[in-house]
Amino acid sequence: MEVTLNWYLTLAAVLFVIGVMGVLLRRNVIVILMSVELMLNAVNLTLVAFSQSMADPAGQILVFFVMSVAAAEAAVGLAIVIAIFRSRLTIDVTDINLFRY
Amino acid sequence: METDSLVRLLLLLPLAGAVFNGILPLFIPSLRHRETLIGTVGTAVVAVPFLIAAYLFAGFHGEAHVANFYTWMAAGDFSVSFAYRVDQLSLLMTLVVTGVGALIHLYSVGYMHGDPGFWRFFAYLNLFVFAMLNLVLGDNLLVLFLGWEGVGLCSYLLIGFWYTDLKNSAAGNKAFIMNRVGDFAFLLAMFIFVKEIGSLDFARVIAEGPTMDQSTINWAVLLLFIGATGKSAQIPLFTWLPDAMAGPTPVSALIHAATMVTSGLYMLARLSPVVLAAPAIMNVIAIVGALTAIVAATIAITQNDIKKVLAYSTVSQLGYMFVASGVGAFFVAIFHVMTHAFFKGCLFLGSGSVIHGMHHVEHELHKDGHGHHLDPQDMRTMGGLKKYMPSTQKTFLLATLAISGIPLLSGFFSKDEILFKAFEAGTTGMSAAWFAWVVGLVTAFLTAVYMARAYYLTFEGTPRWPHADKLHPHESPWTITTPLWVLGILSVVGGYVGIPAVIGHGEYNLIHHFLAGGHGPVAERAVEAHVSLGTEWGLIVLGSLVAIVGFWTGRRLYLKDGLASDAALASRFGGAWKLWQGKYFVDELYEKIVVRPVIGGAEKAFAPFDKYVVDGMVNAVGYVTRAISYVLRYLQTGLVQSYAVAIVFGVLLVVGMMLFG
Repeated sequence: MEVTLNWYLTLAAVLFVIGVMGVLLRRNVIVILMSVELMLNAVNLTLVAFSQSMADPAGQILVFFVMSVAAAEAAVGLAIVIAIFRSRLTIDVTDINLFRY
Repeated sequence: METDSLVRLLLLLPLAGAVFNGILPLFIPSLRHRETLIGTVGTAVVAVPFLIAAYLFAGFHGEAHVANFYTWMAAGDFSVSFAYRVDQLSLLMTLVVTGVGALIHLYSVGYMHGDPGFWRFFAYLNLFVFAMLNLVLGDNLLVLFLGWEGVGLCSYLLIGFWYTDLKNSAAGNKAFIMNRVGDFAFLLAMFIFVKEIGSLDFARVIAEGPTMDQSTINWAVLLLFIGATGKSAQIPLFTWLPDAMAGPTPVSALIHAATMVTSGLYMLARLSPVVLAAPAIMNVIAIVGALTAIVAATIAITQNDIKKVLAYSTVSQLGYMFVASGVGAFFVAIFHVMTHAFFKGCLFLGSGSVIHGMHHVEHELHKDGHGHHLDPQDMRTMGGLKKYMPSTQKTFLLATLAISGIPLLSGFFSKDEILFKAFEAGTTGMSAAWFAWVVGLVTAFLTAVYMARAYYLTFEGTPRWPHADKLHPHESPWTITTPLWVLGILSVVGGYVGIPAVIGHGEYNLIHHFLAGGHGPVAERAVEAHVSLGTEWGLIVLGSLVAIVGFWTGRRLYLKDGLASDAALASRFGGAWKLWQGKYFVDELYEKIVVRPVIGGAEKAFAPFDKYVVDGMVNAVGYVTRAISYVLRYLQTGLVQSYAVAIVFGVLLVVGMMLFG
């Protein structure tokens, strides 16, 4: 049985939806950040899959960019989490609502 | 074209001077004290335009030249350009403005020496010349109005030049606000021309203005005249001019005697064909002019401040010019504008020189600790200055004789011509002209009296300031005396361009040929029946006698007795003297019927309006915004995840639309 493009895309879609649900439903900021990573990697998977099937290396190059940006984003995100935790002793997003009306 | 670029240069040089003297020192404070540099530049940018104007004048062939630089605005059929007209009238005015202006700039170098606002002063003065040139050279009413407002602004800035004294700022405000009244009427007159003719260009206004229907012409001319009464200080808007003397004396000479205040006359002369089409309004002009002349002259007799005397004298002479315009002799009005610029400029500059000297005395008194308060402008503390300020005295005397109308000096020719024209208009059926003639004759007598009084109180007799045996003023520096001499000599010879018609049947009346005869731009009232030569000689002799007797009366009263004559006259005339001294209480009247009601009315009527309507509208905006936000603010939960949900739904919506839309 051959692994076709559709398989990759389906897997990526499933991963992406899991990531979205994680962002929307989980309360722990670190888990939310991890879910964001999941979404990014789902996209990366799509890019690699298309790159493979269309024989175009541009998609794979783009993945490197996404990965480096994701690394930076994770660093900044975790730094913010640490800063919030130090001042409020919590990382529950429902408690972090300074901009409430 | 050569003329075009010369006109451009002529206009832009003073503006460049204003920028150099006004803007640069604003950012480079070290420039402010470079008096030589600022004074030289300030004077040069007016002197060079004078040379340009003289060149244009010398090469002028009688054909008006219009330099159209660019279209200012255009809407439908209506368009206004920055166009400038070089013709006989504008050239003559330009020569007066830049010539007298350059002399006064030179004078200011000496007069304003050491003033911390030296640079500011020259910037305003240059800006004034720029605006005034726009006024006299503009080829349409709007450019004229631009200059008209520009000179008003500069007048305001310069009256309140020493703004740390509230009195000066108040005088500036008064001038500005009173001028607004006149300007409003001027604007309305322009609206009439736009509506009826569809153009503000002089050529079209002059050609088509007289063809409007009679009541429209009357309204337009009346409104123009009201505009002129504001700028040229006529009844009922004359009270700002004497107060304007709060400014530095060169300003009084340049703006409030020689140039700006004559712009109303210039405007009437420029539009003379239209004015001539409204004989009813010309009667009004002649009567108002005559009344102003005599009212101001009677006030001038009683004033003790040397500049106030000259200020009321200016109002009075402007009244004369309006009489000339009113009887349809616009070129004579311009003639008198010119000679008046010479002798009144000289008188004001002379008074400035005197004030300069008396300031020195005041300064010395303070230094010696005498503690006397000395008003350097009060003639009661002067006297005997002849000995200490010979140049000032001689030039002041020349100008005094000229303004008094002593035969063969400049004022004699122009004033006599005005009276003659009024007489002539009277004999040809203009009843108001008779009134103007009689009043003008009385005013001529009064003019000679008050000018003699000013001269003898200031320069003759014995010194009346404290410690006169030890302290005395000195003659002013050359920058001050040179303009005095130039203007003094012009006051003597300036009248020979308008030799009356009795000699050579008007052949030598150059100014008439230049401005009015042939292709000149100034129209005049058609005269059906000429006055006989004998009558004309009689009038000239009468005019001369009035002037000589007037001056002799003043001399007899004030040469020996000095101030004692004031007291004698005051007791002789009683109530009338008090009325004159109180300036007919016009200021008090205006205070009562205009200023107080306006302020009171504003407090009563407009304060609630302001509070409830204006503030209410502003507050309503706030209330409505708050009410809307009261509902919408619930969107702002502060929870990141609820925003994320919104984003996800938004993405789903967009993707859905792309897939199925």
